[in-house]
Amino acid sequence: MIRFANVFKEYPRSGMALNNVSFLVARGEFAFLTGPSGSGKSTILKMIYMDELPTRGAVWVGGTKAPGVKRSAIPQLRRKLGVVFQDFRLLEDRTVEQNVAFALEVVDTPRDRIDSRVSRLLTRVGLASKATNYPRELSGGEQQRVAIARALVNDPFVLIADEPTGNLDDRATRGVFQLLKDINASGTAVIMATHNLELVKRNEYRVLEVNRGQLVFDSSEQTRTLEPLK
Amino acid sequence: MRLAVREALLAFRRAPLLSALGVTTIAFSLFAFGLFSLVALNIRSALRTIEERVEVRAFLTDNAPVDSIATMMEELGKRPDVLRVEYIDKDQALTRARQELGEFKDVFEAGFLPASLDIRMREGHRDPTSVLKIADVVRTLPYVEDVRYGADWIEKLHRIRNVAAAAGAVLGIAFAAVAIIIISASIRMTVLARAREISIMRLVGATDAFVKRPFLLDGFAKGVLGGLLALFLTWAAHSVVSKNFLQTDFFPLSLEIVGVAAGAALGTLVSALSVGRHLKRIQ
Repeated sequence: MIRFANVFKEYPRSGMALNNVSFLVARGEFAFLTGPSGSGKSTILKMIYMDELPTRGAVWVGGTKAPGVKRSAIPQLRRKLGVVFQDFRLLEDRTVEQNVAFALEVVDTPRDRIDSRVSRLLTRVGLASKATNYPRELSGGEQQRVAIARALVNDPFVLIADEPTGNLDDRATRGVFQLLKDINASGTAVIMATHNLELVKRNEYRVLEVNRGQLVFDSSEQTRTLEPLK
Repeated sequence: MRLAVREALLAFRRAPLLSALGVTTIAFSLFAFGLFSLVALNIRSALRTIEERVEVRAFLTDNAPVDSIATMMEELGKRPDVLRVEYIDKDQALTRARQELGEFKDVFEAGFLPASLDIRMREGHRDPTSVLKIADVVRTLPYVEDVRYGADWIEKLHRIRNVAAAAGAVLGIAFAAVAIIIISASIRMTVLARAREISIMRLVGATDAFVKRPFLLDGFAKGVLGGLLALFLTWAAHSVVSKNFLQTDFFPLSLEIVGVAAGAALGTLVSALSVGRHLKRIQ
């Protein structure tokens, strides 16, 4: 479903960001993406939603392949993905429900479908009672839930989360992570970049570790290589 | 479309100062353009009035027979560049001279001035070349003693009009360039002010055309408002001048509509050209 095949990414100024990265994330899988700052995690995520294209190698997301993807096909791909960030990226001058509805409006969803969809999603992330609040009136954890609700509007097959708990305290982190687990349990793949090693250790999901642009560890490969020894 | 309209309105409401600046600068650019056009319009209509008086006067000898004069008049009148030919006899010449030069009326005596044929040129044939041509033809006619046509005066008149037209074109282009720079800068500010919104729109799968739509509407609205404001300012300036200095003409309704439409077209076109360029910078 998401496949990186010998992917290189080189920037003219800062040099090599990804160096021969290959992996595959299957439908419905949960994968952590770990590694130090600047190791290439965000570049990998950006390549999944095709904000960046590989210099060499190829990336497949659903049925879309880069390089070779038409510029006009990228918006269509993004409608099948959900993306959340550490800084939430909510519109401060709009209410919670307007923030979520915004994502439906920009893809020309009929008005009568928007309201019911928004209220269902806010119920799902536990924020139905805060629909008319503004982001600044919410805690960090609640704001991230709004961002997740917005990411889910189009029933994505994969949710890409770039340090979603990076700005949250322990309690909020647990709440948001539980929500991501629930989303995954309902069939959506989740790729989560994180620095939080505690969270990684406590949960037995697949781990992809990058360092200096290279994939240095893939727990699924380890499982595979260990299997024949049993 | 509904969202695009709402977004465009939001841009006005959220950054009223920036939007007002955009509208005002468009208005001032068009106002400058409008004022110049108004001056050009008035110069042109003044020139037309003066030009109507362009004539070739052929003075006749005293012995010119009436038949010959009639034939000359008929033949000249048939020419496509001639509007009309008028015979001025000695008495009429005297009366006219006394009217036109009132302070010298006692100097003129009966029979002092010769009879003449006054030839008025048709519109489009009042330029120096055409006037010279007809003067040469008239000079060869029998009983014509002298031909006067104020060659210098005609040439000067045309030079003024040509300079006015050239100045109009140069200033018009200069003002349009200023308007383009200002609108482009205002779009850039709007794009930067809405960077977060644009990046979210793209992230959730909005097409480029969709992202651009509110900016085009915004540019269109600013252009229309700027055009209307410019029209009002030009009208106000015209009223002040007309009331206090000299009576001038204002644009006809069709030109007023063209002015506002030009504002709208300018706003939309510049938005379309600059929004793509600035959007590339938003991640």
